[in-house]
Amino acid sequence: MNIKFKIENLSVYFGKEQFLNSVNLEVEANKILGIIGPSGSGKSTLLGALNRMNELEPYCRTEGTILMDGVDINSSTYNVINLRKKVGIVFAMPVPLPMSIYENVVYGVRLSGVNDKKRLDELVEKSLSEAFLWNEVKDRLNLSGLRISGGQQQRLCLARVLAMEPEAILLDEPSSGLDPISTSKIEDALNQLKEKYTIVLVTNNTKQAARISDNTAYFLLGDMIEVGSTKQIFTAPLKKETDDYITGRFG
Amino acid sequence: MKLVGEKGVQRILMITALSAISSLLLIALFIFSEGLPFIFKYGAGNFLLANEWDPNTGHFGIFPMIMSSVWVTLGAMVVGAPLGIAGAIFLSEYASPIIMKIVKPTIELLAAIPSVVYGFIGVMVLAPVIRNNLGGPGLSLLAGCIILGIMILPTVISISIDSILAVPRSYREGSLALGATTWQTTHMVTIKAARSGIVASIILGLGRAIGETMAVIMVAGNSVNIPNSALDSVRTLTANIALEMSYATGMHREALFATGVILFIIIMILNSIASVAIRNRNAKK
Amino acid sequence: MRINPKYTQWGAVTILTSATIFTILILVFIIFFILEKGLPVLGLSFLTENPQEMGKAGGIFPTLIGTIILPVFALLIATPLGISTSVYLAEYTKETRITKVIRFGTDCLAGIPSIIFGLFGYIFFVITLGFGWSILSGGLTLAVMVLPTIIRTSEEAIRAVPNSYRKVSFSLGASRWQTVKKVVLPNALPGIVTGIMLSIGRSIGETAAVIFTAGSSLRIPSSVFDSTRTMAVHFYILAREGISSENAYGTAATLIIAVLFVNLLAYYTMHRFIAKRS
Repeated sequence: MNIKFKIENLSVYFGKEQFLNSVNLEVEANKILGIIGPSGSGKSTLLGALNRMNELEPYCRTEGTILMDGVDINSSTYNVINLRKKVGIVFAMPVPLPMSIYENVVYGVRLSGVNDKKRLDELVEKSLSEAFLWNEVKDRLNLSGLRISGGQQQRLCLARVLAMEPEAILLDEPSSGLDPISTSKIEDALNQLKEKYTIVLVTNNTKQAARISDNTAYFLLGDMIEVGSTKQIFTAPLKKETDDYITGRFG
Repeated sequence: MKLVGEKGVQRILMITALSAISSLLLIALFIFSEGLPFIFKYGAGNFLLANEWDPNTGHFGIFPMIMSSVWVTLGAMVVGAPLGIAGAIFLSEYASPIIMKIVKPTIELLAAIPSVVYGFIGVMVLAPVIRNNLGGPGLSLLAGCIILGIMILPTVISISIDSILAVPRSYREGSLALGATTWQTTHMVTIKAARSGIVASIILGLGRAIGETMAVIMVAGNSVNIPNSALDSVRTLTANIALEMSYATGMHREALFATGVILFIIIMILNSIASVAIRNRNAKK
Repeated sequence: MRINPKYTQWGAVTILTSATIFTILILVFIIFFILEKGLPVLGLSFLTENPQEMGKAGGIFPTLIGTIILPVFALLIATPLGISTSVYLAEYTKETRITKVIRFGTDCLAGIPSIIFGLFGYIFFVITLGFGWSILSGGLTLAVMVLPTIIRTSEEAIRAVPNSYRKVSFSLGASRWQTVKKVVLPNALPGIVTGIMLSIGRSIGETAAVIFTAGSSLRIPSSVFDSTRTMAVHFYILAREGISSENAYGTAATLIIAVLFVNLLAYYTMHRFIAKRS
């Protein structure tokens, strides 16, 4: 078993409030880890810790260690920009930058200094295909990213991350605002992508976790309650809280 | 970017960010270093409270100019503040959004009309009307008040509108739900809640009026005297500087800079009051 | 005695409405008065000919040049300073004592009357630095004067850029400066342009600060060390010294058209900006 992220005693505070309480968790490489739990359970905070987006918020404090391939990403010598290039994130609401579809996809790559037109063209086609969007937009790559449907926008955001050729992809409730068809397209894409990437999928939709994740972790009020194979979590959870949540008796 | 790096960019930005405050300090430094020694030499009492201004004989009393500035400014408030506040209330509370959309920028355009044009209108239109109907020279304290009153309208209106619109809708809805008419709601709830912003708009208007130069020179007549009536010709602090600066030398020039010092201090006090009032408004939000 | 609220309502609305109409009428009157008297004088030859006998006859060509050069010069200096100040305030710091001081300084600078700028420009640029009455002195003075406007409008425009854009940019591995350059500034541009336009408008109409720093030479300047006369100054001299009321009206009309044009352009840019946002 190949471990991508090893999270040890991770606590995250925003101001005085604690959002994660000493979480221990391992994320397997080339698998989809689903993270479920009610809102306010610290799922998104966990994602924010994995690519250090949390620290953009004022008054954020992180304790504990996160090892990525054995290297502590919170150490002061670790380059946070490189981390974000290696660990991409797709947010809950699709946010295309106000530029063309093409420029959206190559935004991150251009930042790294790649400007060769041929290389960029290749990347655009490859990333959009992997995100199951190429066929829908290949004739209008110069269209503003704001002018396609919400489902397409979210796949564009995924393609934008894929173009960076990252090692891991974090998804924060990527289909919360989408219709079932768009959702299934994203799920299809994720199923293929796990061959190449480590995927962490936060979702409010337990059925989605059951459908596509290999492992599932249940979070509640900042605590990691239980983690195991998806099959085990959904059929024979060890903790009562988990059972209550997945059977809908929660709250 | 490659040349300076992320930290370098931040440092450069911070240095440029100090440009505004350092300009302000530079202005204060130069005006004060030219003007303050004169005030000490000549005596603050003699300078501020004496009535005679005659550079040829070495008399530099600016009391008449201070009084004229005060009267012109107060008069401008009497003309401009009620009109401006009424306009602001109408536009934000009673007019349809479309009218507001058209009228607010139009009124703000008033602020863009050069002050010399206002002055010219005062000379060509207002002064003859005053001369023919009320007597006196026409170019007078009254003309100055009216022209300045018009000139401060945009300041008063646009800042008041912003303050009124900043009052939460729920206040108004609460009042209307209790059966108050819109006017009762306006004057009992909205205006009270927007008070500090409206005060700020008036103070900023005061600052604009007391600092205005060209329009006042053109319409107020410029005789050095303490006005006895609204029809007298008057000379404000600003006019005094602008009229004589081009040929003043020695003590005379220092006296004009000293006049600038007084003006600078008055404006700084007014601005500080206004910014406290605006901060109150924003804090309430 | 208690007056029926219905009557006070009616009375109040009437007073408020008439006050507003009165205010608008004043504006319309000023513009139409100047245009009516000035437009007959205004023509191609008025704009392209040199003045004769100090402006009593002939056109206003040199003042047109001065009116273009001075604001352009001022904005060339004030724009980069203003934008980088606003980027610093909006993107690089939290609210600290330094930002409070910067903001307070900006507000104070905005409230200083133009005659004080004139005095300062005269003693600092003209005398102390020895630039004389020149485009250099006048332009620098105007630059200081419009700096607060540029800082404020730019900062507002930058703050109006949705935070989610910044988040996305950072998440794709952009540094702060890359985010500012690639996402924040392009999206704040229309708002920034509006501020620049308003500043140009103010510079065009400014008299007191210009007359003591750029002088009032009617010759066409050949370098930044030459004195120049703007339309506003020319108009002031014509009107105040009673040289020619006909040419004064013509100059005033040109001035008003220029200022209105620049301001309308500014509103148009801002409007498109807002329309695009929503």
